Amino acid sequence: MKDTVRDISLQHQRRENGLMLALASPALLVILLLVVLPVGWLAWQSIYHDGFTLENYRRIFSEDIYWRSFALTFEISLLVTLLALLLGYPLAYAASVASKGWSIVILALVVLPFWTSVLVRAYAWLALLQRTGVVNQFLRQVGAIDEPLALVHNTFGTVVATLHILLPFMVLPLYATMQKIPRDLLQAGASLGAGPVHAFWRIFLPLSLPGVLAGGTLVFVLSLGFYITPELLGGGRTIMVSMLVSRNVELYDQWGAASAVGVVLLIAVAAIFVAVSRFVPLDRVLGQK
Amino acid sequence: MKMPRPYRIALITLCTLVLLFLILPILIIAPLSFSSARFLSFPPPSLSLRWYQEYVGNPAWMQATRVTLTVAVLTVIIATPLGVAAAYAISQSKWRIMRVIHMTLLLPLVVPIIITAVGIFFVYAKVGLVASMTGLVLANVMLGLPYVVISVAAGLQSFDAAQEMVARSLGMSRLRSFFVVTLPQIKASVIAGGIFAFISAMDETVVALFISGGQYQPLTKRMFTALRDEIDPTIAAISTLMTAASFMLVLIASTRQKKGA
Repeated sequence: MKDTVRDISLQHQRRENGLMLALASPALLVILLLVVLPVGWLAWQSIYHDGFTLENYRRIFSEDIYWRSFALTFEISLLVTLLALLLGYPLAYAASVASKGWSIVILALVVLPFWTSVLVRAYAWLALLQRTGVVNQFLRQVGAIDEPLALVHNTFGTVVATLHILLPFMVLPLYATMQKIPRDLLQAGASLGAGPVHAFWRIFLPLSLPGVLAGGTLVFVLSLGFYITPELLGGGRTIMVSMLVSRNVELYDQWGAASAVGVVLLIAVAAIFVAVSRFVPLDRVLGQK
Repeated sequence: MKMPRPYRIALITLCTLVLLFLILPILIIAPLSFSSARFLSFPPPSLSLRWYQEYVGNPAWMQATRVTLTVAVLTVIIATPLGVAAAYAISQSKWRIMRVIHMTLLLPLVVPIIITAVGIFFVYAKVGLVASMTGLVLANVMLGLPYVVISVAAGLQSFDAAQEMVARSLGMSRLRSFFVVTLPQIKASVIAGGIFAFISAMDETVVALFISGGQYQPLTKRMFTALRDEIDPTIAAISTLMTAASFMLVLIASTRQKKGA
């Protein structure tokens, strides 16, 4: 009798699992066909061309242009991450201590650019920063400069526009973490004689570090793969890794080389996620998006 | 706990500046688009609708707009039901494989877009989907799915699954109980997910650069090419329209979500 009950429940469980799998499978199929298969193909192509070869990878590690591009991409990403932390931390902090009304205003203004096309924002920065752009015109009118500054078509323009796009990805995880820090802890610190500044450094800041790690990872990883912004604002001199991939496909027809660069970039991204997931749960990093 | 006054003033000043940095570049495009000047000048010498007329009067821009809208609408129609079904399975099932499936469905957000784009281009080149409408829509369905899954899964989290059980124990079929009991309660999150998929398809650029061509080029691809050559104020007009459309859709999504909560 007991066995039949278990059999029925097992059978029921199996049917339930089958149904759920069937419901998820159309979406899963789309992802498998359009993400997993293409990336797998890319990896295969990077090592196979009329036989196995590591030529494409050898080239990445021996040719200067590849090295420089990888180094530049990491530099820019690191710079953008640090700047985003520097600008984003105070903003997230303000949103977490402000009254409810103000914190909604701050967060709304942070999220607003999120829903503007990356392309539109690249255009805006071109309009602002070019030689005859708004910033240069303004600086000349007030007499601060005689010659227009070179603010765009270089690394500076790329960093500014990338920072603008990625700043919300820093602020939101930071805010989510800060909001959960119990305020009693700060009061307890105060009752034990810690001044507000001391309490911030010794209590609030350490407790907000998971948010720093989550936001920092997100910004760093996303800027590693940036394409539109450096392509439009870098002026052809700031060659980031993503541009290396596209140039190898579009200009030189070197699919193998493009694939190898893509694989190295993907491995870097995956390694960072794996490393970070030891400190912060991965779904918490991604959940913020 | 009260912050000392000088710190307070410093914090407020800094935050105002950072917020201006975030918002001003987006607001600057609208006045530029109404300028009468051929070259960028701020403030504009006089106002005109010249660049909007240029946009509407140009068959190439109009064709690109039609492609973008078609792709975005088809993306929503396909991605929303797929995403809802998957989110339902993920949140109802306790099977461990579902966690793996959940992570897999979020892959488009994790893999750098340039890698996805080039990979899809290679696959499409093999099967002959380059420069086709089908290929463009499929790629955008893939990119939009995570938004639907995230939104609907969040909506289902606050839904009590026991309600559906009750309906079924009273004799409703599973399918019917989903449509009668569950769906009305997660409607807001479904609509929000669909809207985000629409915006994602409308703004998508990188994949389109690689796989679209001929008469099936979306607005963003044409804008990108135009931006590489020269800064045509027509793009300011298109950008203003796109931004207005996005903001309106987000507004609808967020008011809906509030009503649903």
